[in-house]
Parts: sequence; structure tokens; C-alpha cells
Amino acid sequence: MHHIISIGDFDRNEIDRLLDHARQIDAKKYDKNALYGKILAVLFFEPSTRTRMSFESAIARLGGTSVSVGSVEACSMAKGETLADTVRVVSGYADAIVIRHPREGAARLAAEFATVPVINAGDGAGQHPSQTLLDLYTISQSMPIDGIDIALVGDLRYGRTAHSLASALSLYNARLHAISPPGLELPSALSADLKDKGMEIVEHDTIDDVISALDVLYVTRIQRERFPDSASYFNVTSSYRITPELLADAKKNLIVLHPLPRVDEIDPRLDESPHARYFEQSKNGVPVRMAMLMKVMQ
Amino acid sequence: MNRQEDAENEGLLVRRIRNGTVIDHIDCGEALNVVKILGITGTTQEALSIATNVQSKELGRKDIVKLTNRELSKEEVDRIALISPSATINIIRNFTVCEKKGVEIPGEIVGIVKCPNPGCISNTNEPIESKFEVLPKGLRCHYCDWMITRDITSHIL
Repeated sequence: MHHIISIGDFDRNEIDRLLDHARQIDAKKYDKNALYGKILAVLFFEPSTRTRMSFESAIARLGGTSVSVGSVEACSMAKGETLADTVRVVSGYADAIVIRHPREGAARLAAEFATVPVINAGDGAGQHPSQTLLDLYTISQSMPIDGIDIALVGDLRYGRTAHSLASALSLYNARLHAISPPGLELPSALSADLKDKGMEIVEHDTIDDVISALDVLYVTRIQRERFPDSASYFNVTSSYRITPELLADAKKNLIVLHPLPRVDEIDPRLDESPHARYFEQSKNGVPVRMAMLMKVMQ
Repeated sequence: MNRQEDAENEGLLVRRIRNGTVIDHIDCGEALNVVKILGITGTTQEALSIATNVQSKELGRKDIVKLTNRELSKEEVDRIALISPSATINIIRNFTVCEKKGVEIPGEIVGIVKCPNPGCISNTNEPIESKFEVLPKGLRCHYCDWMITRDITSHIL
């Protein structure tokens, strides 16, 4: 039985194979009934729009169906049931489980108790492997991933998408530029781990310092609750805002990515720029998640 | 008091046992943590003696734990390596040392250390025990990947 819990469980070849498969799916070269008769349980204990809908869309496009618990308040966890019991029960209703949970490690626990494959769709500040795979896929549409200069901007301490992506990029000899407000830097353990894997990490105070050297600018949301008051929040977010003016010195083929939702991090004037790929990135969630579902459910 | 008197007095403190386990060469000050890590509580049936700050040729000062009528398994004693890698284990039968071995750091430890990450699923009412992979630079939580790189004893359950 194959689970997808962390991007760290993949080696380089597995990632490349999955991205190749997503490319074929994107080109409509796939069996539309590949998962006919299969049921995907969508077990989301946190709000989600893109991840949830793209998984539901992915299973539907492969001929399968999905079932879900609806809101967290409506499910048995609200009555005090453990996650272990919930996944044991849900295993009897579906052929795979996709789970999002506010606690780190929840998906790994779910995989230990489930009798069907489990896919992690985000566990607290931990891992979000499907987002990482679609991020890599989006980068690969514009350039070879090997050796890129990528800046991660925003909340690098709690941002799970940033953690997962940084881990994956260590397999591609990428140079990582970390740009974050004080207190929201990349966790030191992760940073040390990446350096051990041979990744070069350069920290910068501002985006301006490095913009002309970048191939990819990956922006993440800075959450308001990380700051003691509104004034300091607005002060920080305004200094990390991506505008067309900021990109004046950027390489012609620079791409700007964001896992979305964005709030104020990216100026809407950038949306029409050839640099902006965040909506394409979001759309790529479907073929990539189709490839993931086929990997674990077939 | 001279060195010989010191040793004689300490000899009285750490009397020989007929049968059981002697954990010797424990890093000074770690004896109580060794007892804790072995899961030996006040309700244990066996007689337990603990000596701390005892003179040692190799360590200068050391701690000793003696447990009568119980032979610790290899798995149990290897946990000690996390906090006192120089410890030695002597299995005693009829006042004679029958086995003498060092401790080896295990690859994984289960149910001994609490994950310091308050957001980790292992810190909830789920029916699981904490689990850590033992790496050269510290302990990595099996569930949330949190690394404990120092002061392991403060995280012992």
C-alpha cells in the first residue's frame, strides 16, 4: 500500500516520473475511467478551497467519486473521536483518503491506522506534498528545475508549502534565497538539514537585493496572527509586497508563484504580466493530483 | 578524610547485590534520569539503590544504579545511551558478574521522550506512543519531524 505523506518520502526519480505523468494527463493522454468505481474520502479538518476542490476534480476526471464529512463541526471528531478511529472507520467507506489536519504529523498517524492509501493534503505547519509537486510541475513548464535560483518570500517559519518545496529543491541543486520578516525565518533544523544535503541557502533582508538573479520568486502569505498588532503587520507586509516596479530589474523569464490565497502580497497589477504564473500554478493542481491519485489507487 | 577513607565509605553506600543488574559508569548527576528512562517508579517491587557522585578512576565522579532480582534487557539498557553513553551494564548472578556490556544508542526510541512541538499529533489523546528516530545530530520526531538536538533529559516522559 502506497501513502503520500511527505515530499521527503520521494526520491528524485519518483518525482520526475510523477511530473512526466502529470504532463501526459495535461496533454489529455490518459484513461478517463482509470479510477472508475473508486471512491476517494476527503477528510478535511481545516478550511480549503484549492486543494480540496482540485482533489475532488481530479478523482471525478478519472471516473471515480468522492465522499466527505462536510464541515469539521458536523463530523465525529467534534464528539471527541480520535483521528485514529476516524481513519479506521473511513477506510471502510473509501479506496483512499486525502486528509488535511491542523496538527503536524496527523497524516503519518492516519497512514498507520488506515487500511487504504493516505495522501497528506497539509498537516499544520508540516508537510504539503501535493502542493510541492504542483509547484515543481509549474516551474518545469517554464524552465528545467535543475540549478535554478529561487527566492522563498514571506512566512518561512510556519509556511508548510515553503518547507516542502525547499526540501524537494534540495534534490535539484537549486540555490535558495530566503527572504522573511524577523521571527519568521526558515526553521534552523530545516535549514541545517538542507545545507547537509548540499543546498546553498542565502538570506536576504529585501527582495530588491536579489531580484535580478532570480529564476523563480515564490511568495507565501504572511498571516496577521503572527504579529502583536495591526500596525506591525501592515508595516511588514508592505515591505514584502510584489509589484510590477519591483520586477523592473528581473530576468525576462522570471516566474512569480504563490500557493494562494493571496491577500496583499502580490499587487493585482502583476496578474497580467508574463511573470505571473500563480493562477496557472493553481490550475496545475488538477493534473498533478490526478497523477498522485493514480499512483496510490491503481 | 583521605582518598582511601572516601572509597571505603562509598563502598558501604554501594553494597554488592546477590542477583540483579548494576548500571555503572553513569555520567555524574544522571542516575535519577537513568531510573526515569528505565520506567522504574516508586512502586517497583525490586530493591533499588542509587549512588551519585561516587569516585571513579575513569570518570572522576560517576553515578551507579543497582536493581536487585531483575535483569534488564538489552532494549531497556540501550535507552540509557541517550543520556549516558559511557554507562556499563553488569548482570549479577549469585554475587558474580555474569555479563558485562556497554550501551548502544538505539535506532529508534518509543514512548520515552515527549515531542517538544505543541502542535505535534503525538501530544494529543491519540492511541500512539511518541516515537523518535535517533540521528547523529539528535532525535527526530517520527510524526512531525521536530528535531531535539540538546537537553534530551528535559523531554523524557
